[in-house]
Amino acid sequence: MAARVGVVLFPGSNCEHDTIEAVRGLGGDAEVLWHGDDSLGGVDAVVIPGGFAHGDYLRPGAIARFSPIMDAVRDFAAAGGPVVGICNGFQVLTEAGLLPGALQKNAGLKFLCATATLRVETTESVLTSAAQSGAELRIPINHFEGNYTCDDETLAMLRSEDRVVVRYVDNPNGSVDDIAGVCNEGRNVVGLMPHPERASHDLLGSSDGAVLLQSLLDTAAAGV
Amino acid sequence: MAPPVTEDPTSNAQPDPSVHRALGLTDDEADEIARILGRPGNQLELAMYSVMWSEHCSYKSSRVHLKRLPSEAPHVLVGPGEGAGVVDVGDGIAAAFRIESHNHPSAIEPYEGAATGVGGILRDVFSMGARPIALMDPLRFGPLDDPRSRWIAEGVVSGVSGYGNSVGVPTVGGETIFDETYKGNPLVNVFCLGVLPQDRLALARASGTGNLTVLFGSSTGRDGIGGASVLASASFDDEADDSDKRPSVQVGDPFEEKRLIEACLEILEAGLVVGIQDLGAAGITGAASETSSKGGVGMDLHLSEVHVREAGMEPFEIMISESQERMLAIIEPAKLDQLVAICEKWEISASVIGTVTGSGRFRVLDRPDGDVLADIPADSLDDAAPLYHRPMAEPADHADALADTAETLPAPANATADLVGLVADPSWVYSQYDHQLFLNTVEGPGGDAAVLRLKDPRTGASTGRGLGLTTDGNHRWCALDPRAGTAAVVAESVMNLACVGAEPLGLVNCLNFGNPEHPEVMWQLSESVDGMAEACDALGVPVIGGNVSLYNESNGSNIDPSPVVGMVGLIAELDRRPPGLALVPNTTLILLGGPGTSLSGSAWAWSQGHRRGAPPAVDLAAHAVVADFVRSMVASGRLLSVHDLAGGFGPAIAEMVASSDVGATVDLPPPASGPRPPSHVTLFAENPSAVLCAVDPDDAAAFHQTAADAGVPSRTVGAAGGTHLRIDHVVDIPVTELRAAWRAALPDALGSGTLQ
Repeated sequence: MAARVGVVLFPGSNCEHDTIEAVRGLGGDAEVLWHGDDSLGGVDAVVIPGGFAHGDYLRPGAIARFSPIMDAVRDFAAAGGPVVGICNGFQVLTEAGLLPGALQKNAGLKFLCATATLRVETTESVLTSAAQSGAELRIPINHFEGNYTCDDETLAMLRSEDRVVVRYVDNPNGSVDDIAGVCNEGRNVVGLMPHPERASHDLLGSSDGAVLLQSLLDTAAAGV
Repeated sequence: MAPPVTEDPTSNAQPDPSVHRALGLTDDEADEIARILGRPGNQLELAMYSVMWSEHCSYKSSRVHLKRLPSEAPHVLVGPGEGAGVVDVGDGIAAAFRIESHNHPSAIEPYEGAATGVGGILRDVFSMGARPIALMDPLRFGPLDDPRSRWIAEGVVSGVSGYGNSVGVPTVGGETIFDETYKGNPLVNVFCLGVLPQDRLALARASGTGNLTVLFGSSTGRDGIGGASVLASASFDDEADDSDKRPSVQVGDPFEEKRLIEACLEILEAGLVVGIQDLGAAGITGAASETSSKGGVGMDLHLSEVHVREAGMEPFEIMISESQERMLAIIEPAKLDQLVAICEKWEISASVIGTVTGSGRFRVLDRPDGDVLADIPADSLDDAAPLYHRPMAEPADHADALADTAETLPAPANATADLVGLVADPSWVYSQYDHQLFLNTVEGPGGDAAVLRLKDPRTGASTGRGLGLTTDGNHRWCALDPRAGTAAVVAESVMNLACVGAEPLGLVNCLNFGNPEHPEVMWQLSESVDGMAEACDALGVPVIGGNVSLYNESNGSNIDPSPVVGMVGLIAELDRRPPGLALVPNTTLILLGGPGTSLSGSAWAWSQGHRRGAPPAVDLAAHAVVADFVRSMVASGRLLSVHDLAGGFGPAIAEMVASSDVGATVDLPPPASGPRPPSHVTLFAENPSAVLCAVDPDDAAAFHQTAADAGVPSRTVGAAGGTHLRIDHVVDIPVTELRAAWRAALPDALGSGTLQ
């Protein structure tokens, strides 16, 4: 039975259909979860997609964390369920306290849409379990606030606990320690700024994102 | 029994002419309104006529010319006159597209001007029932050495980025041009493409007496009062004065627009509306009067029911406010609850502000059954707008100017340096735009044309087909000869689509010109329309929509005539990425069509200050043959790289080298006939009817034969590979140096700051 992935839709989200398309392209089931609901409807994994939840007017993710569905996401994560935040989703997860650190404006103070090369730093996460450690993946980035930051103590912890999931080979936005994505202590919650769903088809220039979404599907299926 | 009218329309008191003059209406127009009404118009009525009869809304100076454009083809579902043109792209799917200008607001307030330009064009497209899937933004600014022009450029690009990214529609292409002619009057044109199931097509028609007029989306405020009539129908004099006009610029809210898109498409998908129209220029007045006029019905509007942003708004303010992110729908009363539920889900406001009537009158009441504040024939704001046959005059020295060709210029002292100065990497602009959302973008900005996968808008399933998109304009060619120049621009667009394997489906235009009260400007407009019509007829491209922007002048100087076209084409089988500009080492470089032979109007001639002569002459029949061949060769997969020669032979190969980091060694090709011109002529002359392409060396001989069989001139000019770009004995530069200069050109120039 294919794993069911729930993709949370806030007003202002815009990558929900792309994520669903990429997941279905890998044989998974995917459906939209409305932000105003308080249940995840029994899905096996949750993706918080890219976009501008609630307009991002205050600070990206700052309002989204109060949406009713986030309580269900917190409970799901606490129970070990796989949760991935992509771009705005990563920002939402940091604001919700499910991941450490924060995302500030890019060092260049401009929005940046380009293809970045990422290095897989650990395969011990729900997003990289099917990848090779050290593998380099070409994945698009698309953000204004993608400059990852955290205090020294947190950075030391992330490093010592092997929780930096992916790093930029050529840092595009000033992120501390070239960090592109991190996971929580349980390794079941991952946030990253790059968009694996955009690297899902050779016609689009790269299909390197497939291995990441496949990892999520594998993890989700194992929990079914 | 007729309700009382607050300002007694039967009064024969002589109106104060300062009222209509302050609104921008001429005395003749005020007399015509009095004739239509059988009495002088009151202030509210005059305000409504003034915005609807403004140049921006009524096209009163250009309409007599626009009729000459061909607009029909079997696949055209909706032609000019609606929110967007619509074409059939197979399998019950349609593509809707439109281009609009937001030049004047962007000159005053670059960020909001550009942002609301994006918002407006999106509403034109999704009000037809189409989901917007791509934007393109052809931009023109003053010279890079002018701080104010840099400030405008930075603000406009930030505005497109800020609104487009946030509203969730990718910006997949465009152009950025810097030239003296746009100093003080930038051009910000915005193109939008949407796709829809054909059975969801919605039109701006009101019908059914007793049906409800529903306004939904943002509240109505005092922002943008008279934006169209004050801004787009006047010219700029002094920069210091422009700040006075800033309150006329609307302010955008992309989050409101995003929710409005989702709500609107859900409402249309559920079949809840009879007709729908977005609120653009002229606000409620425009949307309500156009839907009733097109539907041949009357309408009563009740101002007390409009959800407003602040208390105490005057009736005329409510009626002509250009507050953004609003939509007007005509619905049957029984479907109101469903519509309201969808709006509530998306957290947007909805109000019933009026009813469709059988009276044929467009009336404004202060509240239901209240005082009548305005009472006019429903079609008079729209159909009865004045039509002007403005005087036209060819410039007295036009013939002399055409004969003064750029070949008289001395050869460049350093052709390599001149060539490097003509090429610039546009990624500083487009890397600020999300150009990948929706997983459609096969070829993004930076190439000859963008390529999108075409998916079924209902199921998301791939159709295996693709759409090619391009926007093009060339003020240099059009300044020299608006007719030939505009024809060449259309030809360039067709070739750009051919370079990605796409066959044109339709064209939309944005006719950016100067002051129509100047006879030379009207002559330019008329000539340009004729050139566009000739090229579209010859190349089989229907014109399905457009926009006219006049009064583009600053300090008494008109901009060069700047028609911009947006073209969409179909790629029958999109099974591989198109070849693109990037060179592949060890491939054979072949020129299809001949090199350019006329230097006049080229970017190089302009850089030398030469602004006379004739633009490239396009043989439209021969052009079609080359374009057909290029399209078929792209489809066959035999082309490994391709780039058109509209920018000239030298710039074409330089851009191919710079964008790929692969060198090339080429010879300058001889002309098709006649003596060989000086090398700099072949290097810099522009020709929209030729392309430079690369094939496998083992395929070269067969390729030349295929070209010959198709009647297309072809010639091997060199090979790709190596560490240098070498062109005959005139250009020699290491790839690393060329690439570094190309990449640094825009960031360095814009990095000089915007302090004034």
